[in-house]
Amino acid sequence: MSTVKLTVNGKAVAVEVEDRTLLVQLLREHLNLTGTHVGCDTSQCGACVVHMDGRAVKSCTMLAGQADGASITTIEGIAKGDELHPMQAAFRDNHGLQCGYCTPGMIMSAIDIVHRHGGQLDETTVRAELEGNICRCTGYHNIVKAVLDAAGRMKVSQAAE
Amino acid sequence: MYQTTYHRASSVDEAVSLFGKSSEAKFLAGGQTLLPVMKQRLASPSDVIDLGKIKELQGVELAGDTLTIKAGTIYYDIMTNADVKKAIPAIAHLTSVLGDPAVRYRGTIGGSIANNDPAADFPAALLALGATVKTNKRSIVADDFFKGLFTTALEDGEIITAVSFPVPAKAGYEKMRHPASRFALTGVFVAQAKSGEVRVAATGASQSGVMRVPAIEAALKANWSPSAIDGVTISANGLLADIHGSAEYRANLVKVMAQRAVKAAG
Repeated sequence: MSTVKLTVNGKAVAVEVEDRTLLVQLLREHLNLTGTHVGCDTSQCGACVVHMDGRAVKSCTMLAGQADGASITTIEGIAKGDELHPMQAAFRDNHGLQCGYCTPGMIMSAIDIVHRHGGQLDETTVRAELEGNICRCTGYHNIVKAVLDAAGRMKVSQAAE
Repeated sequence: MYQTTYHRASSVDEAVSLFGKSSEAKFLAGGQTLLPVMKQRLASPSDVIDLGKIKELQGVELAGDTLTIKAGTIYYDIMTNADVKKAIPAIAHLTSVLGDPAVRYRGTIGGSIANNDPAADFPAALLALGATVKTNKRSIVADDFFKGLFTTALEDGEIITAVSFPVPAKAGYEKMRHPASRFALTGVFVAQAKSGEVRVAATGASQSGVMRVPAIEAALKANWSPSAIDGVTISANGLLADIHGSAEYRANLVKVMAQRAVKAAG
């Protein structure tokens, strides 16, 4: 057992976990943040993507101990109160989810994509960049539309700040 | 995952010392291969020694005609590094088609070559460019480093600290990506050294892991162009055959990927 200290959605936490605990298990089972999903056991599906120090990583492919000292943002941490994050709003408006299982990972990956590419996003780039996130409803078309829509909204909201 | 004990090393020396005190330890770099394998219970190290926070294992240096990438540098930092893009753009390209964005934020060059997966990308770059692997004990040339499937010249407790690449005159890498795993169904790295020497390495093709391709090297030495490879025949003997592709299919891929790589190299 070890104590892992990290910041999750802006709040400092210290959690006593077995050394073999994955970051996703710490989030779901110890902090009850069940928005982050586990969709596979091969690190391929991307349902578990969270941001660690601002970068989209697969929380099922990290030990909790590796995140010691890091700042983690999960799907629960991106809205401002009742106001959805522009990426969440764009997924809703563009019907970017069907069953919703892959959605938290899609949104966390998509925010990272927009951050990395800024205004340079086009459909081909979004499709290529989403290769680490699998939607088994195969609803990719509207997901891509949502990401492109959100990229515009995020630019506008950044400019307003 | 079976029980294990996690250690975070703050220096290479500390990592080596921790390794010596453990019964069956494994070094953990980015963990993008080791952790999935542990989750499947195909590996059960008593201890994992995390190298991810060791500062001396981070960074890229370009000095004259040598590009050195420290072992713990993540793929994302390699593909976006200005020196890498300037000195050996083929390495930046290779890194950009490796795994997916989340994997590229965690995986490292040292982890890739220490694991030596027969379909990994970086072993082909090291072999074709004639790179040198630096460890905490010695320097090992790429020709001596890769020893077959998941096997390298590394001894127990030996840690890769950096990889040094001679900057080539021309280099290119192209691969047929497996659409689900993103590993190379077959990938080929071609390089023309500043001395004129031509080296070609294929990954994902051979049953013995990454390999040189002498027939293509000879053809390109005589004439550096995609068409020079038209007449080359690659034998299917000893090549991998699985659900994704027969040995004959991979033999053809070696040729086609080599041609595309030469075209990319210019």
